[in-house]
Amino acid sequence: MDNFARAFFLTEIVKGFLLTLKYMFFVPRVTINYPHEKGPISPRFRGEHALRRYPNGEERCIACKLCEAICPALAITIEAEPRDDGSRRTTRYDIDMTKCIYCGLCQEACPVDAIVEGPNFEFATETREELFYNKEKLLENGDRWEAQIAANLIANAPYR
Amino acid sequence: MPKVTINNMEIEVEQGTSILQAAETIGVEIPRFCYHDRLSVPANCRMCLVEVEGGPPKPVASCAMACSDGMVVKTESEMVKKARKGVMEMLLINHPLDCPICDQGGECDLQDQAYGYGFDRSRFHENKRAVKDKDLGPLIKTVMTRCINCTRCVRFAEEIAGTPVLGQFNRGEDAEIGTYINEIVNTELSGNLVDICPVGALTSKPYAFKARSWELEKTETIDVHDAVGSNIRVDSRGREVMRILPRLHEEVNEEWISDRSRYSYDGLAKSRLDRPFVRDEESGKLREADWNEAFDLIKARLSGLKGEEIAAFAGDLADVESVVALKDFMTSLGSPNMDCRTDGAYFDETKRAGYLFNSGISGIDEADAILLVGTNPRHEATIINARIRRAWLERKIPISLVGEAVDLTYPYVHLGDFPKSVENLVKEYAGKVKSKKPMMIVGMNAFRRPDGQAIHGMLQEAAEDLGIVKKGWNGFNILHDAAGRVGALDVGFVPQKGGKGFADILAGTKDGSIKVLFMLNADEFNARVNVGWKTFVVYIGHHGDHGAQRADVVLPSAAYTEKDALYVNTEGRVQMAKRAVSPPGDARVDWTILRAISNHIDKPLPYDSQHELRDRVFEEWPHLSKIDQIELAKWGKFGKKTRIQKDAFAGNALGYYLTNAICRASPTMNKCTQAFKQDIEYKEAAE
Repeated sequence: MDNFARAFFLTEIVKGFLLTLKYMFFVPRVTINYPHEKGPISPRFRGEHALRRYPNGEERCIACKLCEAICPALAITIEAEPRDDGSRRTTRYDIDMTKCIYCGLCQEACPVDAIVEGPNFEFATETREELFYNKEKLLENGDRWEAQIAANLIANAPYR
Repeated sequence: MPKVTINNMEIEVEQGTSILQAAETIGVEIPRFCYHDRLSVPANCRMCLVEVEGGPPKPVASCAMACSDGMVVKTESEMVKKARKGVMEMLLINHPLDCPICDQGGECDLQDQAYGYGFDRSRFHENKRAVKDKDLGPLIKTVMTRCINCTRCVRFAEEIAGTPVLGQFNRGEDAEIGTYINEIVNTELSGNLVDICPVGALTSKPYAFKARSWELEKTETIDVHDAVGSNIRVDSRGREVMRILPRLHEEVNEEWISDRSRYSYDGLAKSRLDRPFVRDEESGKLREADWNEAFDLIKARLSGLKGEEIAAFAGDLADVESVVALKDFMTSLGSPNMDCRTDGAYFDETKRAGYLFNSGISGIDEADAILLVGTNPRHEATIINARIRRAWLERKIPISLVGEAVDLTYPYVHLGDFPKSVENLVKEYAGKVKSKKPMMIVGMNAFRRPDGQAIHGMLQEAAEDLGIVKKGWNGFNILHDAAGRVGALDVGFVPQKGGKGFADILAGTKDGSIKVLFMLNADEFNARVNVGWKTFVVYIGHHGDHGAQRADVVLPSAAYTEKDALYVNTEGRVQMAKRAVSPPGDARVDWTILRAISNHIDKPLPYDSQHELRDRVFEEWPHLSKIDQIELAKWGKFGKKTRIQKDAFAGNALGYYLTNAICRASPTMNKCTQAFKQDIEYKEAAE
């Protein structure tokens, strides 16, 4: 009898429509217009990698190879030799972004905050080869995202 | 013999054993920086502090305190820990925090021990000390700020290497290691300074920043740059040899290796033969070819030749298997003309005792008098020279030299330059030698002359007259300078019945009686001048050196780091080398090339794998199957009784750094030659 009444008066459908109407007019909107709008991300977000520089333009990376050693996916390849001024620098710094599992251990291992995972997550490419990042690409990433990376690091500093 | 108790374990040790050594025998590791087994004990780092019950109420330095009866030692007590922590904090006050850019990182004693005894922050807020870097030559990079003043390097240079140029200057905070009047460390053992430095103050210059210890693949193998057969570890990454380190072998190289063994590895990547070449008939230049073309050419040149018209040389770096394959190959061609003495040394090879370092390298530790003939062991076998130096240093044994007078890092009596000097010695001392274990070390320069056989015979008699060979002691020692020589002699790679030797074969190429010449790794002589241009030369080797420049067909083979092979060192010790990396390009292991040629000319050698080849070697020469053992050789008569010329024994013309094809291709070795030449010129100018 109860079931019959509910079916006869379409109460469930009315309830459903009411909910819809409530979310249409009375509850604030939660979806965003991606890619024109973007949701907030944590300062600890682990996105695309970047190699940073010091403010004077000198690259930070000192080729200590700790990131290469800790990388669980073996995505990082480094070769190094003394630069003309005798300092220790990489001649090759490759990250295979298809191997990378974005665990963030490389940036944890880095003693000079050179390799970081920046806030960028939109780096899909058309070909696989484009995801084999070299040093040039990583430094370029660093230059592009430096302001945000630096801000994130400062925001995160009290917790490290 | 005192009995001591260490960490509740009782142990009886010999009088004079230090607590640290005693602890080591029962597996109790005591941290240390300045103490080293083979160096004197300065006890200045204070890291090895232990507590001795009943003694003074303070920790004692275990490296310098000898065990006494009834001593009770604790190495892990609270007092010890506190003391070591204090020492570590003091050491770290001035040590820079640059582990990430330090080449020692990952294999650093200070780093490792700081994990155990270090504090995670510093209480030292003043400025750290900075020390100016020193120039120690082209092999050693210095970052003296990292130095913890353990003085291991000073003691090594003074005691083992015998070139006391390092020292500690100033006091307290200003104390630093340096060289007197800016000398570079002119020793053939300088690479070992890098090994003994417990921190990153002395690191390898050619290896600087190239790799980390944890990413290298380690292969334990044998060195071929001299006939000592030093045990080495080849560290490689991918196809590249990144560095070479010594391996402990008490009876051969202890824990040292010479600079040539350690630093010539960059020659393995330079001027390598990575594909076959044939000489173009029109232009007369070598051009690239493929294996089949090269084999076809060899087949065409060999067809219709008699055995006597073919000859073969095996060079300094040839391994036993390849030499056997070449010998079998020559036998199948019917040729008796073969020789492995491509440096022109001319001695009697019929008796094994006549060409071995009979007493063994460790025999030097027993010898009580040494006579050096026509040799410069410092250059020919640096490790052996270091042993002779130690025998002199510890026991003050008398050493005399016949031959070119050079600085051997220990004093000796120079008896003259001539074979006559040995004869005079025999006349004076025959039967009157008082020492119980006298030793004669004869270098190859004594035999690199036409009357080499006569000299060999003369020395054989001299050895008997001077009591060098007697019951229970054979001190007649031939010091070879080629890693492949003894192996090749052992398998009889010498003129067979009616065959020609090295000099005759070369003469044969000039007068046209030798039509085809096979050269296996033979780079010791200038083939462009010494081999006649009518002869068809097939070179099998790994570097574009003397041999390849003259060759009509070049077949690329594997260097010593690229093949599993047997080598026999100068004392007759058979050792096995292991493959660390793969050969470049088309290069193949030497014996497989010979196997392929033999197949091409339809006289296949009867083995298809290294295993089968080794079986064949072991069957005919069973003593070669005893790896790391020495088959003692029976004494007998050898040499010839012909006239000995009056000429003086020649000196070493090649110097130290550029003695074989690998070294000559190595940029580091070339740099060394230049640097040390300049150093000598500078010193002469200063005088």
